[in-house]
Amino acid sequence: MKGVLAIALSVLALGTAAAAANPARDAILAALAAEAKGADPGFAAFSAPRGQTFFMANHTGGKPDTPSCSTCHTRDPTQEGQTRAAKSIAPMAVSRTPDRFTDAEKVAKWFARNCNSVLGRECTAVEKGDFITYLAGK
Amino acid sequence: MHRYLLSITICLGMSGSAAFAEEGIVVPAIDDPATLKECGACHFTFPPQMLPARSWKKLMASLGNHFGEDASLPDATRVAITAYMVGHAADAPTTENGKWFLRGLADTVTPLRITEMPFWRRGHAEVPRSYFSKPQVKTASNCMACHGNGGGGTGGDED
Repeated sequence: MKGVLAIALSVLALGTAAAAANPARDAILAALAAEAKGADPGFAAFSAPRGQTFFMANHTGGKPDTPSCSTCHTRDPTQEGQTRAAKSIAPMAVSRTPDRFTDAEKVAKWFARNCNSVLGRECTAVEKGDFITYLAGK
Repeated sequence: MHRYLLSITICLGMSGSAAFAEEGIVVPAIDDPATLKECGACHFTFPPQMLPARSWKKLMASLGNHFGEDASLPDATRVAITAYMVGHAADAPTTENGKWFLRGLADTVTPLRITEMPFWRRGHAEVPRSYFSKPQVKTASNCMACHGNGGGGTGGDED
């Protein structure tokens, strides 16, 4: 039994290592997972495909100039984005910008601003976790 | 194109060095880390000398809708940056050459964009509007597209 558990844990560790091998990012994701679980006891896990759909989608309710994450970050997160004021934004993909999603304060600040700009509301914990999970694997 | 580049006279101090205009106007570099970090995350860090204090106060009080973006900041940061911008505004007591930037501006007007300032309009009167919408410029607020080193924009780091 113990052996099975150990194997299960190491498989789990291997599975997550590729996507998010950073303690600070893992902590941010763990906090979001706890929040998601609190809001919905049926919450299972964050999803990179769901995050990708969210990233690419045109949302309504936000400011008309910024309907999508991809408006500024482009549809390829491994590329640099550009603010509406023409300032370049480092790629969102963690493979290109390794310190992405490792500063909890910065993550909170930008979700607060950009969810409001793009969706006209706060993002849910699931949306944030999916978003980070998608980009951690890119 | 070169005709317009050649006519540009104001340089913008970017990293500790002040720069000069034809008329001897000095624009010191911003030396406040919070201003460089927070404002510079999205755009060129505009010199506080280019707007009057009332403009900075109004702008910094409405960051929730900052030209169509949510640029809100924690209160302490917002207050500190406001103090810096107001303290170095065109009409701040210690600002050198502030009058040059205020020339032509009515006391009753509170511009929120430097491009609405009469000094800016005079200085760019000969630049065709189409020039500002070129892909490599994108917007007239992208000062460094033309005023930067070699025409390449470099502001504060994204954060």
